[in-house]
Amino acid sequence: MKEKTQVEDIDRSIYDFRYADEDAYKVEEGLTEKIVGKISDEKNDPDWMREFRLKSLGIYNEIPVPDWGPSIDGLDMEHIVTYVRPNTKRMQTNWDDVPEDIKDTFERLGIPEAERKSLAGVGAQYDSELVYHNVRKEVSERGVVYTDIESALRGEYAELIKEKFMTLVPPTDHKFAALHGAVWSGGSFVYVPKGVHLDIPLQSYFRLNAKGAGQFEHTLIIVEDDAYLHFIEGCSAPKYNVANLHAGCVELFVGKNATLRYSTIENWSKNMYNLNTKRAIVDEGGKIEWISGSFGSHVSYLYPMSVLNGKGARSEFTGVTFAGNGQNLDTGTKIVHNAPETSSYVNTRSISKDGGINTFRSAVVIGAKAKGSKSAVSCESLMVDDISRSDTIPAMDVRCADADVGHEAKIGRISDETVFYLMSRGLSEEEARALIVRGFADNVSKELPLEYAVEMNNLITLEMKGSIG
Amino acid sequence: MAQLLKVEDLKVKAEGKEEEILKGLNLEVGEGEVHVILGPNGAGKSTLGSSLIGSPEYEKIGGKVYFKGEDITEESADKIAKMGMFLSFQNPIEVPGITLSNFIKTSLEIKTGERIRLWDFKKKLSETMKLLSMDEGYADRDLNVGFSGGEKKKAEILQLLMLKPDLAILDETDSGLDVDAVHIVSKGIEEYRKSVGGALMIITHSTKILESLNVDKTHIIVDGRVVSEGGPELVSEVNENGFEKYENM
Repeated sequence: MKEKTQVEDIDRSIYDFRYADEDAYKVEEGLTEKIVGKISDEKNDPDWMREFRLKSLGIYNEIPVPDWGPSIDGLDMEHIVTYVRPNTKRMQTNWDDVPEDIKDTFERLGIPEAERKSLAGVGAQYDSELVYHNVRKEVSERGVVYTDIESALRGEYAELIKEKFMTLVPPTDHKFAALHGAVWSGGSFVYVPKGVHLDIPLQSYFRLNAKGAGQFEHTLIIVEDDAYLHFIEGCSAPKYNVANLHAGCVELFVGKNATLRYSTIENWSKNMYNLNTKRAIVDEGGKIEWISGSFGSHVSYLYPMSVLNGKGARSEFTGVTFAGNGQNLDTGTKIVHNAPETSSYVNTRSISKDGGINTFRSAVVIGAKAKGSKSAVSCESLMVDDISRSDTIPAMDVRCADADVGHEAKIGRISDETVFYLMSRGLSEEEARALIVRGFADNVSKELPLEYAVEMNNLITLEMKGSIG
Repeated sequence: MAQLLKVEDLKVKAEGKEEEILKGLNLEVGEGEVHVILGPNGAGKSTLGSSLIGSPEYEKIGGKVYFKGEDITEESADKIAKMGMFLSFQNPIEVPGITLSNFIKTSLEIKTGERIRLWDFKKKLSETMKLLSMDEGYADRDLNVGFSGGEKKKAEILQLLMLKPDLAILDETDSGLDVDAVHIVSKGIEEYRKSVGGALMIITHSTKILESLNVDKTHIIVDGRVVSEGGPELVSEVNENGFEKYENM
């Protein structure tokens, strides 16, 4: 009898540890005006924010749950804890002041090490609050602001935040955007002044430790004209047997001839509902580069969107999604070409195995004003076995005669022929399959920053059953 | 010469089908010998090549295959390859995301069980590619992806020369190639004979590829059996008269 090859799951043991959250302050489960009010109290929200939250809650109660994607029936909002304050007084800027268990968590995830090595600044969020934030002195001296939204709401840029907050992603956008508006907590505010070119990246790491909780961090980034920023976010959580929810919101403002590279490695545990909304608006000659690696969560709805609002604005989206047993990942991107000579380029790979489901969903809208615009979408899917599933749903809405729009989709399985070809050179069946899967993701994974390419390699390490060699 | 390969009353059918393709085939190859397999279309020549190296597409339902004295009838392709057998594919497979160079290096390391120094490997690869008049750019291209028919066959011979097997089965390596490409492939095969001294089993239609080789033995396969064996003279005979005589045996 030949042993059937099994491509093993991603090794999650490095993420799957947790600490008791007994000491933490939590709001009650569920969602009421009282709970939302409590969050405002906790945060000492300015009045406009207090009203904003309550208004969002009203919208949340009116909008139905989306009915077009993977099922989210397992998510019972009556039992999600929307706010969990870790047991620390306030955000620290000195690593030594972070409480021991939280510090240990991030040490094990390699965050302070990465900061020392290759980052300009680091933020670390634990449950609902930022516990650590630090920016290199030479970076802040150049006028770069990197802090949590709560601090920013009381700081120099308070007016700017009031002006921009949830304007790109309004609470009316969808049910979970409304939820976010009501209970958001933590996240990052980044401001890069005109002409400042930040060579080394900033990074935020989001860790959801509490059981049955939700994480609703808000990221607001403003990159002024002619500036450059690379921002990295990483997410992980230990696994629980109850649903956790992530409904973050990312709003990115890219100025004239500015570039923002936004990289995400998401490795939530498999009890997570990842209903995240990300959007960028790009001015004349500016560029948004999305790098997206999705490995975790039980269900994901994730479609970073670019609004190309100025002449010659560009968007590049590079993504890899890996769906294993029990995962239904609905990912993709949306691009709105709103100005002449704008261009978008989308390149994605998805891998499904052990019954995992991948859906690539994209929408390219070329508006009437987008004369001479170009869009090229390429998505490839690989199914490792015959119980897994992969779908592609591309949409194009072209309202301008002078535009060049292309779409290319490939869906494939690992063919027995290919495995045999590699085996005929001495590779075992396991080695052959692993090589094919890695090769498939390679074009995308090499876009990732080095330290994340390493993490990605760890994630994609396909442990094989049976002896090798 | 010591025996390298022995095929004994081999019966093979395609996986999931009933009909026998090889119906009791017998064959022996000694170390370092050059054998030619001739036969009309559908005689089972390619099936023989693929099933010898353990293709899961075929099922051996009778008989035995011995390689280096070991029974490999039920062995998997990777084990057989590591023992020193090589198949040059008639239609090499395109594998995106794995460069030709990386693939050969991985195969070599798996075969030898040792890490190979990149510098040594690159040097050897570059020399061998030159011999095969292959643009070195191909080394960094994805395995066979977008290669022309001729480049795919050259890439097979490149793997042959790098992996240095004791028995190389060439399945129609010369088919569909222009004169120049056949010449280059022949040069590669000569080099394999010279530097590795391994045995060859050449499945072919044409004789051009055989011109520069000293053929030890010719086997004519018709309808899943070896119907005639002889020396190199059999090649020219078939060339003149075709297989008709054998088909009516």
